Amino acid sequence: MVAELGHFCLWLALALAVLQSTLPVYGYASGKTWLLAVARPTAILQWLALTIGMFALAWAFYSHDFSLSYVAGHSNSKLPLGYRLSAIWGGHEGSLLLWVWILSFWGLLVSLLRGRVPTDIHALVLAVMGMIGIGFLAFMLFTSNPFDRSLPWFPLDGGDLNPLLQDFGLIIHPPMLYTGYVGFSVAFAFAIAGLIAGRLDPLWARWARPWTTVAWAFLSLGIALGSWWAYYELGWGGWWFWDPVENASLMPWLCGTALIHSLAVTEKRGLFRAWTVLLAIMAFSLCLLGTFLVRSGVLTSVHSFANDPARGAFVLAFLVIVVGASLSLFAIRAPVLRHRSGFEFLSRDSFLLGNNLILLSATFVVLMGTLFPLIGEALDIKISVRSPYFNAFFVPLTMVLMLLLVPGMFSNWKKQDGRLLMKRLLWLAPVSVVLGLLLVFFSAGEMPFVGILSAVMVVYVILAQVSDWLQKSLAFRSGLWRGARRLQRSYYGMLLGHIGLAIIVAGVTQVSFREMERDLRMLPGDVAEIAGYDFTFVGVGERVGPNFTALRGTIQISSGERAVTTLYPEKRTYLAGGQLMTEAAIHSNLWRDLYVALGEPIGDEAWAVRIYYKPGIGWLWIGALFLGLGGFIAASDRRYRSKKLEESEVSE
Amino acid sequence: MNKSGWLFIPLLAFVGLAILLASGLGRDTEELPTALAGKPLPTLQLPSLMRAGTEVNNELFLGHWTLLNVWASWCPTCYVEHPYLMQLADQGVRLVGLNYKDDLDKARQYLAKLGNPYLEVAVDESGSYGIDLGVYGAPETFIINPRGEVVFRYVGEVNERSWQQRFMPLWGEEKQ
Amino acid sequence: MKRVLLLLFLCWPLAISAVQDIYQFENGADEQRFRELLVLLRCPKCQNQAISDSDAPIAKDMREQVAAMVRAGHSNAEIVDYFVQRYGDFVSYRPPVTPQTLILWLAPLLAILGGGLLVLIQILRGRKVARGEDVL
Repeated sequence: MVAELGHFCLWLALALAVLQSTLPVYGYASGKTWLLAVARPTAILQWLALTIGMFALAWAFYSHDFSLSYVAGHSNSKLPLGYRLSAIWGGHEGSLLLWVWILSFWGLLVSLLRGRVPTDIHALVLAVMGMIGIGFLAFMLFTSNPFDRSLPWFPLDGGDLNPLLQDFGLIIHPPMLYTGYVGFSVAFAFAIAGLIAGRLDPLWARWARPWTTVAWAFLSLGIALGSWWAYYELGWGGWWFWDPVENASLMPWLCGTALIHSLAVTEKRGLFRAWTVLLAIMAFSLCLLGTFLVRSGVLTSVHSFANDPARGAFVLAFLVIVVGASLSLFAIRAPVLRHRSGFEFLSRDSFLLGNNLILLSATFVVLMGTLFPLIGEALDIKISVRSPYFNAFFVPLTMVLMLLLVPGMFSNWKKQDGRLLMKRLLWLAPVSVVLGLLLVFFSAGEMPFVGILSAVMVVYVILAQVSDWLQKSLAFRSGLWRGARRLQRSYYGMLLGHIGLAIIVAGVTQVSFREMERDLRMLPGDVAEIAGYDFTFVGVGERVGPNFTALRGTIQISSGERAVTTLYPEKRTYLAGGQLMTEAAIHSNLWRDLYVALGEPIGDEAWAVRIYYKPGIGWLWIGALFLGLGGFIAASDRRYRSKKLEESEVSE
Repeated sequence: MNKSGWLFIPLLAFVGLAILLASGLGRDTEELPTALAGKPLPTLQLPSLMRAGTEVNNELFLGHWTLLNVWASWCPTCYVEHPYLMQLADQGVRLVGLNYKDDLDKARQYLAKLGNPYLEVAVDESGSYGIDLGVYGAPETFIINPRGEVVFRYVGEVNERSWQQRFMPLWGEEKQ
Repeated sequence: MKRVLLLLFLCWPLAISAVQDIYQFENGADEQRFRELLVLLRCPKCQNQAISDSDAPIAKDMREQVAAMVRAGHSNAEIVDYFVQRYGDFVSYRPPVTPQTLILWLAPLLAILGGGLLVLIQILRGRKVARGEDVL
């Protein structure tokens, strides 16, 4: 019964989405402005309907309703409650429901938080979001219904949620990631609304900016969560595999980063309208592309949700319609995109244009590498693309990005005095080089040239950002802290964002070049050493979990005389499907992770054990936190909530 | 400042992308063609399972069309495909087996219980010849032509359907 | 007799540490090469995993083969080529540079150059407008 209610709600949501998209557009085109008012209530009702739908599915999982084939495929009577509920998005159909629910939630927020956006633009934004909703709801209802029943014969017990997904990571990663992913639909909707209405002025950028920045922040956190999850869950210590599904989330992020910077230029100077609109369309298109890639079976991936060409065709058709229409609109509305202002060769405007270029190039590299196996099929060759290809381009691009970040940040809008800029860089460059070199040589481990360069860049960016903060705070001439408090939130957003980037690069450099690994055969009592830590293999015992049995190893770690910790890696056998899973055990601190995983038993008492020393890996997650925090703080800047249309900008 | 032309570039690029993606639908991304197509069968010098003390080598493949079937007693799909191999053998198809990473006793029991369609069986206990062949899992079946060259490699169960669709078009034909 | 006892006594600490690296190498450089290759070679059976990440039997066989070849002194290129001969280009995560893959390697470069040109044009245009605006 409840499931039928849920199903009905999906149809209701589809009907509402149709109303939400058609009526306001018709109202706008025909001048019947009273129709514009339809957008808001339909968006709110749509969210309500989908929320009930989510609850219905949640109830089905909670009450073990295995007559629903989705529940039967992803749950089990012994599955703990937390995972039972997060199993809602553990598979293709349910994850679509989550996608659509989050879309309606963003719609709800846009409806309620209108701010200073004029009624017609606001209605158009909601209408565009409604159109996207139609596509996904239709996809769900016609090809991937989570409420399908498998009557009359249904299993007494479910097939269980994939053990890899029975983890805290499943509870937070998809919601966080999707919030970011779907959030770019708002930026997209603003772009389309702007194109239709012919309004892409700085005010438009000011409306669009906080929405975009928040979506970007969520996406940053979502990607980092995914990486962290893969790191501790898969048992191999890897944190990024350039897997097609991972790339599918990285591309919108890179594009989105370019977008938030381009929006800044459009807001401040009225420039780069074409870039900004195109980036908004691209970022969201890449989100849709990602959705296509992970569900169509077109590319091989460990993460693939579904492998169904029929579903793939549906998504592709939707992608073609949405992106084709928006890019056509973009091309046709050329006059709207013309700008009237100019800028010098040496100016913040130029640097940000360069920034756009670098980030888009990076996006293109990822796109090329991800899709090339497909191109290869057309050319009748079968090849694999991974780190060697991506790193070959990414490393130089990142270095150039960081190099240009500093003068870009130091430069004024429209025109920057070259000599002043040089003065600021003149002390910064050598100090960064020296400090960078010192850091590298006085910390343990080898580092090739690329690593040293990277370290110098990290120091360079952090020093530049901190010195800029000092300079700007002191410019108020009322003391450092008073001055700092007067700096706008958007400035702190930038500060956190840039420092976050530097921390991430530092972490990547550190772990890539200095991690150590040993694959060992250990008997109880054996001691192995890595990076100054002693790992004592005590033995392996048995343990019974809620829906699995496990062989649990005990490893004591000490450093010299000091005991550090005891770790308990496991090898689990899940009862429902008999799957074997490796659960690694990790000890983290600010500087390094110690990571242990059990291999297989060798002979009578011996076990294969893998131990890793991973320095700096924590900085990746910390850096991502900075990015997310920076995004949220920037979006909460006063001027987005202010009644005044003009603000005196002290910073930026 | 006529920008209108440039603005159509993203649309065109997207159309190209869409065509590429559409072409990718429905393909079997898992199938890996053999790297040895057209090349001679790698040097084979392995003990025989059937005639203890003797060796199996490349000469066995000269002058006739032969199927080289990679199998093991631990491989469930091999059990499933076995009856069809017996049928092929009855029809006169020449079969040579490669016992892959298996226990000798279990392998002999397997043949004793299910029947032996093979002319000869080479024993690859370590799997190193399997690597030479580019094998990545059992069962796999190779077509070898009378000159001792690899023509085709099929991963998975050999049955009526796969035999008709994949093997028959290539079997017994002399390609230039 | 005394000499034998002395020898035994000296060997005692070695006897205690039975922990063995599963893949043993003469020196650090070899071990480093081994690790690099493990990440470079793809498991032919798995869904997009390197042989370092995979539990599949073929991955294990490949790891042992790589270890043996590293110990025997073969270069990384030779080892990769060994597997490419047998499994095809698919087995290496570094795509080869052939006429067919040229587009893969060149396209980003062309995109960056093309994009750079576009940016340059836009900057120069911007400058023209800016200078045109300055009425002195």
